[in-house]
Amino acid sequence: MTNALERHKYDVLVIGAGGAGLRAAVEARESGLRVAIICKSLFGKAHTVMAEGGAAASMGNANSNDNWKVHFRDTMRGGKFLNHFRMAELHAKESPDRIWELEMWGALFDRTKEGKISQRNFGGHEYPRLAHVGDRTGLELIRTMQQKIVALQQADKREHGDYESHIKVFAELTITEILKENGKIAGAYGYWRESGSEVLFEAPAVIIATGGVGKTFKITSNSWEGTGDGHALALKAGANLVDMEFLQFHPTGMVWPPSVRGILVTESVRGEGGILTNNKGERFMFKYIPDVFKDKYADNEAEADRWYEDQDNNRRPPELLPRDEVARAINSEVKAGRGTEHGGVFLDVSKRLSAEVIKKRLPSMWHQFYELAGVDITKEPMEVGPTCHYVMGGVEVEPDTAAAVGVPGLFAAGEVAGGMHGSNRLGGNSLSDLLVFGRRAGMGAAAYVKQTTATPVSDANVAAAAARIEAPFARSGGENSYSLHAELQEVTHNLVGIIRTGAELKDAIEKIAEIRKRSANVAVAGGRKFNPGFHLAFDLDNMLLVAESTAKSAIGREESRGGHTRDDFPGMDSGWRQYNHISSFDGTQVSVRKQALPFMPKDLFDLFEVDELKKYMTPEEIAKGGSN
Amino acid sequence: MARKINLRIWRGDSTNGGLQDVQVEANEGEVVLDVIHRVQATQMGDLAVRWNCKAGKCGSCSMEINGKPRLACMTQVAAYGEDETITVTPLRAFPVIKDLVTDVSFNYQKAMEIPAYAPPADLKPGEARMEQVDVERSQEFRKCIECFLCQNTCHVIRDHEENKKSFAGPRFFIRIAELDMHPLDILKNRKRTAQEEHGLGMCNITKCCTEVCPEHIKITDNAIIPMKERVVDIKYDPARMFSGLLKREKRN
Repeated sequence: MTNALERHKYDVLVIGAGGAGLRAAVEARESGLRVAIICKSLFGKAHTVMAEGGAAASMGNANSNDNWKVHFRDTMRGGKFLNHFRMAELHAKESPDRIWELEMWGALFDRTKEGKISQRNFGGHEYPRLAHVGDRTGLELIRTMQQKIVALQQADKREHGDYESHIKVFAELTITEILKENGKIAGAYGYWRESGSEVLFEAPAVIIATGGVGKTFKITSNSWEGTGDGHALALKAGANLVDMEFLQFHPTGMVWPPSVRGILVTESVRGEGGILTNNKGERFMFKYIPDVFKDKYADNEAEADRWYEDQDNNRRPPELLPRDEVARAINSEVKAGRGTEHGGVFLDVSKRLSAEVIKKRLPSMWHQFYELAGVDITKEPMEVGPTCHYVMGGVEVEPDTAAAVGVPGLFAAGEVAGGMHGSNRLGGNSLSDLLVFGRRAGMGAAAYVKQTTATPVSDANVAAAAARIEAPFARSGGENSYSLHAELQEVTHNLVGIIRTGAELKDAIEKIAEIRKRSANVAVAGGRKFNPGFHLAFDLDNMLLVAESTAKSAIGREESRGGHTRDDFPGMDSGWRQYNHISSFDGTQVSVRKQALPFMPKDLFDLFEVDELKKYMTPEEIAKGGSN
Repeated sequence: MARKINLRIWRGDSTNGGLQDVQVEANEGEVVLDVIHRVQATQMGDLAVRWNCKAGKCGSCSMEINGKPRLACMTQVAAYGEDETITVTPLRAFPVIKDLVTDVSFNYQKAMEIPAYAPPADLKPGEARMEQVDVERSQEFRKCIECFLCQNTCHVIRDHEENKKSFAGPRFFIRIAELDMHPLDILKNRKRTAQEEHGLGMCNITKCCTEVCPEHIKITDNAIIPMKERVVDIKYDPARMFSGLLKREKRN
């Protein structure tokens, strides 16, 4: 195999072609480097296309009181102050520039009356802040960056005579291993999905931008690609994962019919005035406003309704609480027997908006329900329930450069990176996150490449990577990867889901280990050519590491915060706020340890009222008043 | 409410292949992609099919279902009769790789040949001002999910491999139209190059592309016809032709 091995040399290898990967690739190319982009699917199909609501950026177009400080505060509150302050700061400061930049590349956002970029309301954001295109903002982002890459390729064609001389997209290729030599990144190994033949990439810098882990769970809004590949690749390459216990269950996924269970219903439905009711017709969210948010959310219908017209003099409707709060509330209503026939609650936008406005502002939601569920959302309510949507945890990185801690040459950006969102991400902060940190990863990688020398990958390293790909074909009568995947999803759904207990997590850790043992014996039927059973064998390996990391982080954190709810420890504990959970991998198993969370410097600390901080921090921290 | 349905799947590769019959369970509300996945998980572990979002937003699961170009994730099993066999075959306009997966690289090649968005040199980030009504025309075309069903159904290339070289196809006509109607794009002659380099003239507006578009983009009415009309104005306008002659005389 090694003799005929396909080999490529680049300055920077970007694994993942969603928003973060493409933004990183643009930046690295514009720094003068040669860049390869690896797509697991076709170019332009990454999960970013599913993002609906918008990208949060405090441009102040809809409300001039907005600025980065307000956005920073909202982000920290949403994450229950577990966010890495520096990431939240960079994100809030830089996202407006990233949105305007997209416009320079051809993006066409919806407009305000003055002709500026329109901004819409979303959960947890104090002002209308989300730049959007109807409810297909993710598609606009990915298409804009896809077309920007083509524009760069056209410039290279003019200058070098070849579209692909300096930036090439390798579509439908899966990376199975990140390769290091002498402790530094040297490249990556993988296979073409189409032919099954293997490829070696040699590059001194690798940017991981592989997105999320949703397919580890049974009910998810993620596509088949969300199998935690980058999380697992990073762990195996010696990087750390931070806070893997925090998973966002989006409150509103479709629940009926079964085949679409989990598919996302955008938060914009609530942003545009959709209300949540139970089977008694009760608008239940008023019962679920937590103490920390009491002064910001309306406790009665009249005030909540007035807010849509007058935001300065009324508090927000509780439907727009951060996602973790709404998801838990829906979960409680259903458990208490107040759910719909199919185990969800009702989400209704038909009473507030006219059919025409709904079809204009929420066109893909209208289609999705009409064509997949036979429901006309301009006339009747939707049935919705929580769905596994986003992982806040991810690769531990240096905020400014997106460099993975502990592995020279490795970078991570977007959903696969951890820290930015703390224990819960606000809607709209994901698209801006991938722009801000995708760019920073590209810059970080470019700076690194310019001061390092590339190391060739050794034959032994290649042989080991090749042997791993061949292994499942050599077995016969082993385990079926589809069944093992289904078993893993049952375990995570039942034992590591939206509400957790210590006993269940202990059980989950044992069961995941058991499935992992059996997965070492997966056999693949058929040949190498476009064989999904073969592909799943590798995805499964990644999902098992992610699940192990999540379960082990979750059993350690004895409190409830954001996307981690413990039935046996229902309260938020300011002692726990001072720690991140760090997962590392020793080649056999994941271990998790506590690590002190970096404390905010004084200038950021002072952006908050002390009374608010008291709800989250210990008296000692308050007394310290920020680090210097 | 599960019932057995008859599914006929094309299996094979670029060298040979044929239809295979399978029986598979279908549940209430399921789409064709669901039953294909069930076949994959239980009967044919190596059955090749592309898919991503399963919500009609990514345009990956394009195939032909009973001969019609469709997204498998948006095609209800219940839309077919209880006794009807559902036949799924790969897109016909593109070379088969394996089973239901085709080589769609033609489209990515064409995408590279359309000149990129060109804003005015002095436009600064954050300073763009555009009216909603003006962006809406281009926004319609930017809804495109690149499922390539329009390319697949277009008879200019569906059975005419030889036309592919000189014909970009409906997906890229709407891309050109989108840029041409973009309020800030300043590149001239987009319509003329559509005609001269990308084969706009080969389209004879049978609207097959519009019919199969899952995003309901009015490809023919809103992109192709307006461009064709303008091309006629530009290329065959007697006044322009006359002034062109004068200019040429002057130069001579």
